[in-house]
Amino acid sequence: MIPTLFVLAYLAIVLYIGIFAFRRSQGQAEDYFLAGRSLGPWVFVLSLFGTHMTAFAILGSSGHAFNFGIVTFGLMASSSAIVVPVLLLFLGTRLWAVGKRFGHITPVQIFRDRWECGHIGTLIFFLQAALLVPYIIIGVMGGGTTLSVISNGLIPFWAGGLLVAAVVMSYVFFGGMRGTAWVNAFQTVLFLTFGLIAVVVIGNGMGGFSAIAEKLLADAKTASLLSREKYSPLAFLSYTFNPLSAIAFPHIAIFCLTAKKMDQFKKTVVLYPLCILLIWLPCVCLGVFANQATEIPAIAEKVAAKFATGRPVVADDVMLQLLAHYAPQWLAGLLGAGIMAAVMASDSQILALSTMFTEDVFAFYGAREKFGPKAQIATGRLFIVLVTAFAYVTALKAKASIFDLAVQFSFAGFSAMMPLYVGALCWKRSTKWGALAAILWVAAATVGLFFTPRGFTVFGLLPVVPMTLGSAFLLWSVSLLTPQPSSATVGRYFPDHSTE
Amino acid sequence: MKTPTFLFLLVYFALHQDFWNWTQARPLLFGFLPIGLAYHACYAAGAALLMSLLVKVAWPQKWEAWAEKEPGE
Repeated sequence: MIPTLFVLAYLAIVLYIGIFAFRRSQGQAEDYFLAGRSLGPWVFVLSLFGTHMTAFAILGSSGHAFNFGIVTFGLMASSSAIVVPVLLLFLGTRLWAVGKRFGHITPVQIFRDRWECGHIGTLIFFLQAALLVPYIIIGVMGGGTTLSVISNGLIPFWAGGLLVAAVVMSYVFFGGMRGTAWVNAFQTVLFLTFGLIAVVVIGNGMGGFSAIAEKLLADAKTASLLSREKYSPLAFLSYTFNPLSAIAFPHIAIFCLTAKKMDQFKKTVVLYPLCILLIWLPCVCLGVFANQATEIPAIAEKVAAKFATGRPVVADDVMLQLLAHYAPQWLAGLLGAGIMAAVMASDSQILALSTMFTEDVFAFYGAREKFGPKAQIATGRLFIVLVTAFAYVTALKAKASIFDLAVQFSFAGFSAMMPLYVGALCWKRSTKWGALAAILWVAAATVGLFFTPRGFTVFGLLPVVPMTLGSAFLLWSVSLLTPQPSSATVGRYFPDHSTE
Repeated sequence: MKTPTFLFLLVYFALHQDFWNWTQARPLLFGFLPIGLAYHACYAAGAALLMSLLVKVAWPQKWEAWAEKEPGE
């Protein structure tokens, strides 16, 4: 009961933060959707990181490590530690500069202006939206699972999911980007602080990490979890393409536009790898060591099923099970709130979808001029309600494994969209036709992935590699064959200093 | 200074593929971290140092000034 109360108190705090942000709002679209481009350095760094950490990252990483071992950290964390800051430094700052200079609020606005196109931008909007929805559904599912496990079933999955969806919807609805950014910053601090305490407490509860590691190594079935001998080096290399998705995620790209000064990227770029280390290392360690926690019936069942079938099992709740079993109740409550914080990262995705819809569709097709800017914000808020309701209803009816799979495809899809950003922001010769060819390729390849058998590779490489290289090749080759935008537009985006 | 830093970035990226730690778990750092995991934890920490160097030598200062200008300037 005590952990449940802590989590409920946490939900009340984030709700209050959203309402507090609402009081600071100025009623303009840029203020609601981008916090008036006024986020300070610490809120920016903590919030950007919180925005990128999802239920998939936190619960999924320990579940993946439970099944596959230490390889999880190299696959998803250390590759992000090098790729994501580089993207933020070279593309994030450029996005910020272009957004600030021309007043853009979404990536599609930049593409439309840069390539002098209209409907191709709409196509990009639809593809981004389709790839983002599975993340939002996974977030609601993660919220329901977390509350259900922490309350020992007292709060059923449907009620937990409903509560989390309602809280997220409320603070996004009222607080817009400012509320979302403050909540994300608070969530990151909470998770960083209590995540480390969780490792120590659970480790001691299990008899010490050294003893667990030795036991794992002594058992032939589990020894391979502490090396990467069962994982292909080519597949490992392929995973370094996944973090390319970071800058192509609309919620991250839009977030890059919220900084008050470009200087604020400096802290983010430097601290990002450390945040990755502090959050992922505990999650991966706990996921691997959970294989020895067979005194917990739910984990014992998973271990038995895994070794009996030789196949991975659904294990996203292992961290929560460890927490409920080994941590004192008050600490389990605090840590549960920390996990809930990460699970609720769907807030920025919901806001991004709403921002994109109101700017890229509602405003672009003339509704803002017709109904006014207040109607635009009202439409954005209505969209938030509809998206959240859709995500909740879908989360109740669908199997989690379907969306786990969809999220993996989305990763590949967003990674393959990264060349669009490089083309638009860094290559003068890129054209809308090149962009169209790349987008059609990404859409076709992502749909095609659904029909390939699980574990499908191309010469040993995961599909994300040919998808990204194909997208880059099409953007490059078709752009060279087609006329570029007017020299006035190219001149606006590439002032003289850019060629120095 | 920019070119050596970018070259170093490429080398650092290649070091992510640590095939020499592939099949072994020992030594265990601090008694519990397998060498493959310890390597990648250090790799992430090292990335922070590399980023602080990149921010110093490759900061897009001119874009910053450009963005702050009024349109038409």
